[in-house]
Amino acid sequence: MFRTAFRQVATPVLRTQTVAWRRFLSDDLRSQIDKAVKDHDVLVFMKGNKEQPQCGFSRAVVQILQANGVDDFKTVNVLADEKVRSGIKEYSNWPTIPQVYVKGEFVGGCDIIMGMHQSGELQQFLENEGILPKEEGAKQ
Amino acid sequence: MPIAKDALHALLVEKLQADHVEVIDTSDGCGQSFEVIIVSTLFEGKSSLQRHRLVNDSIKEEIAQIHAFSQKTYTPEQWAKQQQA
Repeated sequence: MFRTAFRQVATPVLRTQTVAWRRFLSDDLRSQIDKAVKDHDVLVFMKGNKEQPQCGFSRAVVQILQANGVDDFKTVNVLADEKVRSGIKEYSNWPTIPQVYVKGEFVGGCDIIMGMHQSGELQQFLENEGILPKEEGAKQ
Repeated sequence: MPIAKDALHALLVEKLQADHVEVIDTSDGCGQSFEVIIVSTLFEGKSSLQRHRLVNDSIKEEIAQIHAFSQKTYTPEQWAKQQQA
């Protein structure tokens, strides 16, 4: 539903790359992203989708979330809409994809999620945010 | 547009007052994909997210031009421990 919402406001794509990137985030797109990150406890802006990630970094983030027991997270395929691809970078002031949001807050990209996973901080964080149950082994 | 490995190295040392920088070209030489390790006192007292934002901001133009960028950030103290491990 997220993607179709964007299509409705689609306008001809600007090809002047150098000038265009800063201007992708219209108020309309910003409010749509605002709503999306708040509506979904865990939202990942990525290349491809859970089933078929189209970039190694996106794949890594999906696998890490799943390895930590997060299965029902939402993803947005930025390759499906150039405005979203550029707009999300401006929204978060973060230059790369994937981007992970939890409870409306930007958590990080692949390096940060990977680092948090390796240190055990991610599990703790997800428990504290109420994404995962607190008890060890409670998840079946 | 490709970025030269040495130029990226010099830029990171300068902008982040880094004690140590390693730049690994992961693009097989086409200059579109890099992994970097940065050791700087500027990272002290900062979270990973804050450190990465600092790095991203310092080489904003360069990151925008390449395909992939991955970073590891350490304080001198963390780096020393890492080297011992």
